[in-house]
Amino acid sequence: MVLHTVNKSPFSHCLLEQCLQVIGDKHALLLLEDGVYAALTSSPAAARLLQCHSERALAVYALAPDLRARGLLERGLLACVEAVSYADFVRLAGEYDSVQSWF
Amino acid sequence: MYIRLNQRRIAVDRDGYLKNLDDWDRDVAAGLAQRENLSLSAEHWEIIELLRDFYRQFEISPAMRVLVKQVGIKLGAEKGRSIYLMKLFPPSPARIASKIAGLPRPANCL
Amino acid sequence: MSAKAKKILVVSSHAPYGKSTARESLDAVLAASAYEQDLQLLFVGDGVFQLLKQQDTSATGAKNLAATLPVLPLYDINDIYVHQQSLDQRQLTAADLVLEVKCLDSRQVAALMDRQEIILSF
Repeated sequence: MVLHTVNKSPFSHCLLEQCLQVIGDKHALLLLEDGVYAALTSSPAAARLLQCHSERALAVYALAPDLRARGLLERGLLACVEAVSYADFVRLAGEYDSVQSWF
Repeated sequence: MYIRLNQRRIAVDRDGYLKNLDDWDRDVAAGLAQRENLSLSAEHWEIIELLRDFYRQFEISPAMRVLVKQVGIKLGAEKGRSIYLMKLFPPSPARIASKIAGLPRPANCL
Repeated sequence: MSAKAKKILVVSSHAPYGKSTARESLDAVLAASAYEQDLQLLFVGDGVFQLLKQQDTSATGAKNLAATLPVLPLYDINDIYVHQQSLDQRQLTAADLVLEVKCLDSRQVAALMDRQEIILSF
């Protein structure tokens, strides 16, 4: 089981797309830094994320401090995204066997 | 910093490796060897040539384990042993021989 | 290989010269090889460009990564993987690469990651 992190905006990078290409069943995704823009309903990755979530039960997390810093916390975020704290991030990193960072 | 070898001023790094690989020739090698208290024999030279060939091909200096293996392949099993290289280039053959060969320090040499 | 050798995957996903990331992944692999771990290397995304033949950095001053990558088998690193779809997207084939690699589809990449104790992302 692998936790993938993505830290670039899907509006200008295809990193998230790359990650979703290879992400496996029971893997999870955590968006951080500019990666959290993928959590917007307007994100180019929105449909893909919703699909992975509903069809493959992909867990999608976004780091709340990064959402808040960018003024996204009160915006329309994808229903499949769960905002998490730094402490949650640390806990998640421990729960998965390894972490692959896409940056 | 610079060292003086045969009336030439040659740039080296803190550990005595040449900064410009083009500065190397056989006289410079002999001078660098002298700084390690070595005088170069035919046995030294074949290792130096092997290292330079390796660098020309891969653009890195080999780690000790890889050097030993390469010497074994190219110069025979008799010479492809740590102890043989240790006697030629004490106390750390991969580092010392690379230095005399005018090459960078072996990356990741432990 | 000792019984406690760790399974480590180095994932290299950046093109060779824009940043030092690609070089660092190679250095990490060469360094880790000294510790006799179970070391595997995966090129994905723009990382596959590191393997492209006919790189010539003489005019840029950068160290030629494609010259050094073929040293990996001499360091006993033979498990070298490339993400097939990343090659396809860039219209490359295994014949365009400086090293003999094993091509994996996306599913196999996920499985490869699942087998690791440690993933080092570059």
